[in-house]
Amino acid sequence: MSASRIVPIVMPKWGLSMKEGKVTGWLLEDGSPINIGDAILEVETDKIAGAVEASEPGVLRRRVGTPDTVYPVKALLGVIAEAAVPDAEIDAYVASYVMPAADEGEEDQAAKYEFADTPTGTLRYARRGGAGDNLILLHGFGGDLDNFLFNIDALGETATVYALDLPGHGQSIKNVAKPDLASLTAALAGFMDKLGLKDAHLVGHSLGGAIAMRMAAEAPGRVKSLTLICSAGLGSEIGSYVDDFVAAQGRKDLKPVLETLFADKSQVSRQLVDDVLKYKRLDGVDAFLKALAQAVFGGRKQQDFPAAQLAGKAPPALVIWGREDAVIPAAHAGNLPGATVKVIDGAGHMVFMEKAGEVNALIKAHIARS
Amino acid sequence: MARTLTMRQAINEALDQEMARDQNVILMGEDIAGGQGGDGELDAWGGPLGVTKGLYHKHPGRVLDTPLSESAFIGAAIGAAACGMRPVAELMFLDFMGVCFDQIFNQAAKFKYMFGGKAQTPIVIRAMVGAGFRAAAQHSQMLTPLFTHIPGLKVVCPSNAYDAKGLLIQSIRDNDPVIFCEHKNLYDSQADVPAESYAIPFGEANVVRDGGDCTIVAYGLMVGRAMEAAKQLSPKGPKGGVECEVIDLRTLSPIDWDTVIDSVERTGRLVCVDEANPRCSIASDVSAMVAQECFKALKGPIRMVTAPHTPVPFSPVLEDLYIPSAAAIAAAVTKTMAQ
Repeated sequence: MSASRIVPIVMPKWGLSMKEGKVTGWLLEDGSPINIGDAILEVETDKIAGAVEASEPGVLRRRVGTPDTVYPVKALLGVIAEAAVPDAEIDAYVASYVMPAADEGEEDQAAKYEFADTPTGTLRYARRGGAGDNLILLHGFGGDLDNFLFNIDALGETATVYALDLPGHGQSIKNVAKPDLASLTAALAGFMDKLGLKDAHLVGHSLGGAIAMRMAAEAPGRVKSLTLICSAGLGSEIGSYVDDFVAAQGRKDLKPVLETLFADKSQVSRQLVDDVLKYKRLDGVDAFLKALAQAVFGGRKQQDFPAAQLAGKAPPALVIWGREDAVIPAAHAGNLPGATVKVIDGAGHMVFMEKAGEVNALIKAHIARS
Repeated sequence: MARTLTMRQAINEALDQEMARDQNVILMGEDIAGGQGGDGELDAWGGPLGVTKGLYHKHPGRVLDTPLSESAFIGAAIGAAACGMRPVAELMFLDFMGVCFDQIFNQAAKFKYMFGGKAQTPIVIRAMVGAGFRAAAQHSQMLTPLFTHIPGLKVVCPSNAYDAKGLLIQSIRDNDPVIFCEHKNLYDSQADVPAESYAIPFGEANVVRDGGDCTIVAYGLMVGRAMEAAKQLSPKGPKGGVECEVIDLRTLSPIDWDTVIDSVERTGRLVCVDEANPRCSIASDVSAMVAQECFKALKGPIRMVTAPHTPVPFSPVLEDLYIPSAAAIAAAVTKTMAQ
């Protein structure tokens, strides 16, 4: 019997600052069959709550993590193995499990944010994986690359993933000459040039989806495929989110605004609100967001329709939506001719956080096809 | 990007960035450059606790050492503010403010009001506050209530490095006189602080912990102690059973009544923590306002945890007893919960 048939379920690392997490409950019983992407148990950190999902198929043989208990990142929470593996072997595996302290330097290297000097200014990004095609993750209005904390490592298993802070966002340059879709698209092209990325699969959420489409229209050869998640640019309607986000000045105003992003409002933790507020208070951000909102979503109507420019030259496209999206209606999902469409129940605008396993699996399959 | 900074570094960075942004920002104070007029090396001191170190050479001619006469240089700074500068005056210890009450209370705080809004005094007076530094009765007081009492002054007292930078930047950009109180025992406390400039608006309390059973209102050094008490009392902590909501006032004038009252309306219990002496304190002020505005929500008596009504003792043992402790805060919560 080979131990390689036994797969550990460990405390995940969601974001740079996560050192430990609390097991809040198991979603499956001992002996449950498991497919890749299945949610196995729920974990909560001071920033966010989420589900740990299976990276390998098998049977849930052992639940090691106890609910309401805090474990360090990489601690053993459970064991997946085939039904044929004897219990004694599982016992031995659990008893002898040593948390991979690994190489601290390597760990820091992998988690580190990097910065690229582009014609637009300094842009922050994170890189994962190293094999396969390039894949670039583009966040939405007011977001940052950490929005993809549940996706970046999973996608890094099959692609070289870059997650980017768009200009004016996260820790990228705040002083943007003309905040609009054209300049953000130019910034993406400049970023790809700077890193020597000839082409890439683009995965864009919301505003990031509009940028991805515009990039595909302007430089078709550089975009191998599109994944558009609750994307802007596919219709004119948009909820009050952008206006409310720009207007919110304090925690009390901001929390209900952020709650409209999720089907499950409890996803909005105090830390998430504080982090967004800290970003919004940086010098220059308020003016940038106001100008960008006016240019792209002025008068509570989407102003740009890059989907129209794509006619006839769209790369393979996948459109993913959360059915309960309160920001951009899920009805827009069908507005890109020729695209594969998947609307996911029980999720809102942040479907890639709320249903990360399902979204990651869809993106991986889409890239494999493209 | 955010790095971990001490509150001392965060304050220094706020001063540095605002001086770079606005040529009208100048620093005035005793020993903030160091050695001026003597044989010593310039920038040797950076103030008694080194907060302004490094700024003298970065901003030539704008970090001014003053004579040891608070009444003179605070008056000069207020005059400079009235003439269009944005001086940040460092007064070492808030305790020394007594000799310049006229300049602050009668001049700086009144100009805008008496001159029909045509004059303004955008001055920041930075000063150290609080006990626990073994500096005895004349260098350890928490005189925040004195300044909060005066209309026309704004009073700020940060509890951590992140807030200190954002509140100091807001203080410098504000057009009214601001008394910026820095707790000596927080200078080495650390927090993640963005490298970029940012301003935290006045009059916005920070709810640092959510809880439904009892509201604890605090500011400055007391925020950490209130958090410690809340942790001890939480159902997961050793004393078990009470979820406290902890509010950091951040600015005492203006003060965020809404956040305090909203919280007490939910919890029905209030403990006010103040390192100042008990009479006419921030604790008594908050208690009175809550009693007036949401009496019917209260399920038990409001309790105040403050220093005793005595000068700060020089004996280290007594000084430690003098400052409200986490245990005292926890005991007050337990007492109000029992009634």
